[in-house]
Amino acid sequence: MTGSSSSSDDARTDGDELARPEGGDHVRTDGGEHANPFATVGDDIERKQRIGRVFVAVCAASTLVGIVALVVLLADVLLEAWGWVTLEFLTYPPSRFIENYYPGGRGAGIFPALVGSILLIALTAVFTMVLGVGAAIYLEEYAAESRLKGFIEANISNLAGVPSIVYGLLGLAVFVRFAGFGESLLAGALTLTLLILPIVIVSSQEALRAVPDSQRHAAYGVGATDWEVVRDVVLPSALPGIMTGTILSLSRAIGETAPLIMVGAATSMFRAPIEDVSGIPVPDLFGPFAAMPMQIFDWARLPEGDFQHVAAAGIVVLLSILLLMNATAILIRNKYETR
Amino acid sequence: MSDSYSTTDETTDSEAANSTDTGTEARRPGETLDETTPSIQEIPERETVIEATDLTVHYGDVEALKPVNVRLPEQEVTAIIGPSGCGKSTFLRCINRMNDMVDAARVGGELRYRGTNVYGDEVDPVALRRRIGMVFQKPNPFPKSIYDNVAYGLKIQGYDGDIDARVEESLRNAALWDEVKNQLDSSGLDLSGGQQQRLCIARAIAPDPEVILMDEPASALDPVATAKVEDLIDELAEEYTVIIVTHNMQQAARISDKTAVFLTGGKLVEFGDTNRIFENPENQRVEDYITGKFG
Ligand SMILES: Nc1ncnc2c1ncn2[C@@H]1O[C@H](COP(=O)(O)OP(=O)(O)O)[C@@H](O)[C@H]1O
Ligand SMILES: [Mg+2]
Repeated sequence: MTGSSSSSDDARTDGDELARPEGGDHVRTDGGEHANPFATVGDDIERKQRIGRVFVAVCAASTLVGIVALVVLLADVLLEAWGWVTLEFLTYPPSRFIENYYPGGRGAGIFPALVGSILLIALTAVFTMVLGVGAAIYLEEYAAESRLKGFIEANISNLAGVPSIVYGLLGLAVFVRFAGFGESLLAGALTLTLLILPIVIVSSQEALRAVPDSQRHAAYGVGATDWEVVRDVVLPSALPGIMTGTILSLSRAIGETAPLIMVGAATSMFRAPIEDVSGIPVPDLFGPFAAMPMQIFDWARLPEGDFQHVAAAGIVVLLSILLLMNATAILIRNKYETR
Repeated sequence: MSDSYSTTDETTDSEAANSTDTGTEARRPGETLDETTPSIQEIPERETVIEATDLTVHYGDVEALKPVNVRLPEQEVTAIIGPSGCGKSTFLRCINRMNDMVDAARVGGELRYRGTNVYGDEVDPVALRRRIGMVFQKPNPFPKSIYDNVAYGLKIQGYDGDIDARVEESLRNAALWDEVKNQLDSSGLDLSGGQQQRLCIARAIAPDPEVILMDEPASALDPVATAKVEDLIDELAEEYTVIIVTHNMQQAARISDKTAVFLTGGKLVEFGDTNRIFENPENQRVEDYITGKFG
């Protein structure tokens, strides 16, 4: 651009500012051969572009390392588990005898731990939704900006980084011993709730913050109360984001082992934590329970070689549930993002 | 400032002054100001709805509004004009206490609505906002159906009449009914910007407030949509008291009966009949602003 206009300037008679050069014609009559009009633009662009390409290559390689590691891991587990994830595996309690796991055997599997994990996560979901979303709404919608609020928020973020074993210790002291829940499903769920609460609060706060103020003002403008603004405007808009954050946190909780060991969950249980109350199965909140990660660990340390396959089958079940949860989160996000 | 609230005498005085010196200069901005005899003279003075007495606003330590004294009449369109950042929105938000939502904002002095100080202890801002509707700068319909947008105020205010009928009436009054009557269930967000703003106006008038505050309601709209909204404001003034912030002086001249001019520093510099303000402002800086010397 610069080059062509300056060359046409040369050809133009002085003072004839308004004369329009006839496009390329002017340039061609000047020199015949095209000079590179960008030859003198800036410094060594070529060199910078090369650095850019190297940078992209490094980034791509980093991505590749992660993906390759994941694929190898998954392939290894899937190969180990191949043929071992059967209907019996999902519906029978574990056994000490490897023959029972063979297809056509008496049947043995992950059922009590599967049910334990699902109940654990369901309870945790209820607790975190109430506590986490409640706290986030309070901090985001009600609490005035103050040093105290800043202090609390900073500490919530810090809590998100505390190792899970510490939450296990806390759960043991508070829920198992002090509250007297014993080594129960309830104590386990409350402990996992504490563990993911900080993340749920922070992600819910982000979802609430993403609701534009103009929406709140619109509701206040027609005479809505604080509560009506939250209920009718803020929560409906923020809910997809809150759900996504909560589900992702729960899928982290479902794989947790350390805090459950601390609160004394059984490594292997023959019975699912379900009671029969006049014919209706209800979760046995105060009874002992096993969860999948611990059951898998239990299998993995058994000496008989084939138990490695059983452990892999357990991992496949755990990963499937995890994938299912994450897929749900992504679906929710995509469904509402277009709005 | 309230002393410049135009009485018949004042207007005649300024008329005389106008015809001698600054006449042509001051008249430039509005074509509608051709007639030299302002018609306001025949109209009896209206009752005051909003009265500010030494009203101030601070954001933290920054004074955004210097003591404002003004009385705004009912069933008229009052335009608030002034350069950007001079406190127009701040003043408007005082009227329905939307400043309560700004943590840093502190309001001083008094603002009376029908004689009651809205910053008094006994006044619930929620009740106040049911009497004073608001339309915002950027159209902000809820991500709900057109019907639900308009019905929202009725529902939370516990309206016990026929909601369907009220929704239709409001949409008609907002000059939107014919365009949306067959798609009341579709999202308010699917409308064009101008339609969205008229939807917001319908939402504001549905619970039948007495006053409607508008903060630059047309600034995000194209000229055609702007013209529609302006026509609408004209009609609304028959039923409601409209207080509108605008940075567009032609717009203020076209649609308003009274004009309040704020200048930089959050000072209400002049208030009076729109015709007089545009033809013959008392304040030199107002004249400079209106004639486009700054702002
Ligand atoms: N929420 C706020 N916090 C701090 N300062 C504000 C806030 N809102 C407005 N102000 C300041 O108050 C002054 C007046 O703002 P505003 O009323 O929005 O002006 P206008 O609507 O006339 O453009 C400006 O200087 C602005 O920076
Ligand atoms: Mg403004």
